[in-house]
Amino acid sequence: MWTKVRFWTLAPSRLLMGLLFAAPLCIVAAYSLLTRGAYGGQSPPWTFESYARLLDPLYAAILFRSLWIAALSTALCLLLGFPLALFISRSAKRKNLYLQLVMLPFWTSFLVRTYAWMFLLRDTGLINTILQSLGLIREPLPLLYNEWAVVVGLVYGYLPFMVLPLFATLERIDPNLLEAAADLGARDTDTLFRIIVPLAMPGIVAGCVLVFIPCLGAYLTPDLLGGGKSMMAGNLVQNQFTNARDWPFGSAASLTLMAMVMLALAWLARRQKGDLL
Amino acid sequence: MSRALALTAAAVLAFLHLPLAVLTVFSFNASRFTVWEGFSFKWYAALAQDTRLIEGAWNSLLIAAAATIFATAAGTLCAYGLWKRRAPLLTGTLYLSLVTPEIVTGVSLLAFYQFLFRYLDIRLGMHTVILAHVTFSVAFVVVVVLARLRTMDATLEEAAMDLGATEWGAFFRVTLPALLPAVAASALLVFTLSFDDYVITSLVAGVDSETLPMVIYAMARRGVNPAVNAISALIVVGLGFFILAAERLREP
Repeated sequence: MWTKVRFWTLAPSRLLMGLLFAAPLCIVAAYSLLTRGAYGGQSPPWTFESYARLLDPLYAAILFRSLWIAALSTALCLLLGFPLALFISRSAKRKNLYLQLVMLPFWTSFLVRTYAWMFLLRDTGLINTILQSLGLIREPLPLLYNEWAVVVGLVYGYLPFMVLPLFATLERIDPNLLEAAADLGARDTDTLFRIIVPLAMPGIVAGCVLVFIPCLGAYLTPDLLGGGKSMMAGNLVQNQFTNARDWPFGSAASLTLMAMVMLALAWLARRQKGDLL
Repeated sequence: MSRALALTAAAVLAFLHLPLAVLTVFSFNASRFTVWEGFSFKWYAALAQDTRLIEGAWNSLLIAAAATIFATAAGTLCAYGLWKRRAPLLTGTLYLSLVTPEIVTGVSLLAFYQFLFRYLDIRLGMHTVILAHVTFSVAFVVVVVLARLRTMDATLEEAAMDLGATEWGAFFRVTLPALLPAVAASALLVFTLSFDDYVITSLVAGVDSETLPMVIYAMARRGVNPAVNAISALIVVGLGFFILAAERLREP
């Protein structure tokens, strides 16, 4: 009885996702196995050469750097996000206000938020200007265009993805457990590491994956805040599609990036047993 | 412990908010450099003279409006369909689109469009950007609307149909009105996502469809310019207002 409605309700999204999301991915998958022509473009013979080229030290270093920058950013997000989430989960009245304060910058333009760090970090930026006027440094510090600037930008960008799942699990912890621990003589650090952290593990894992995935695929942040030496996988893909015009190689890099994202998700799915999003 | 915790939390919240606050403050700086020289609206006045920026903003508004209408309609219908019956392939594709890096979505759409252009006489332009935006935002609508549907009583529709409503009648006159807050919230989110997108847009835009983020990106790339602070501040305030409205709608 529901079939007609079901067909027409799902038809637009099926068409859209099939034609403009799945089909393009399939095209990229096909291109990744083709050979680059003399003037760009792609044609047979079919080959795995593009994937083999990713193992070249030059490109492997970019993929490895993406993993390293994403892992470091995730760790820093956890370090900053955990106390904040814990604080919000303990606050009696203002939970919603604090959560909105966490989410508000997240929804306001990623580009603008990245630009804000350019404004703060560059040679004539606010941080260098303040340090110089205080007489602490003579020459501006090279804060922008390096891996650390990228990490700062990513942590700033994706911290909310860490705080929300952490908050969700921390809030469910029974306060009586913490009181019981204190009554039995546990110090604050004992309670934290032996009760709160183990109970918050699902939130920690979810938060880490939710931060790790967008960091791994980051393009805009390393593009604007990183220099030539802090290129990530996303920049490699963009570069091959626009400047180098080697679409087979860019496609192979895209699919490798997708595969890394899928592996991270599969790991999460195994740990959380189903309840993904 | 609780005092140390509160201080740490305050510091992290400051980290989240200070960069945009400082950016906004310096958009009112009379000096071109990062030294405070007095209050001025001159960078905002400069924005009004910048035809490229205004054209970009106009394009962004048109694209975001169109993408919002199509994505919200398709996503709401889809969520309704998924509420009735499972469709694992479609659900999987939607989730996949949520986790695919933007740059990958962008280059694959570019490859797809180029492939089509071999057979069809069309070019990159506003329409290709709008289609791209609809595609990447449908999943957000489905997630928001489906979350709302799952809290609703499915027997209401059955009651409406027992009383003589058709399937579509039950949808339009019973379920949809109850869904409206979630639909409106997702529309605001789509508008925000579309208005703000740079990565995908820059890959599939044509010469006549430069958007505001593309103009801002070019300005930021060129270097120090307080006008970028001014337009950034306007966007932060504008989108912030949108998002607060969406939050209100989602949690009545």
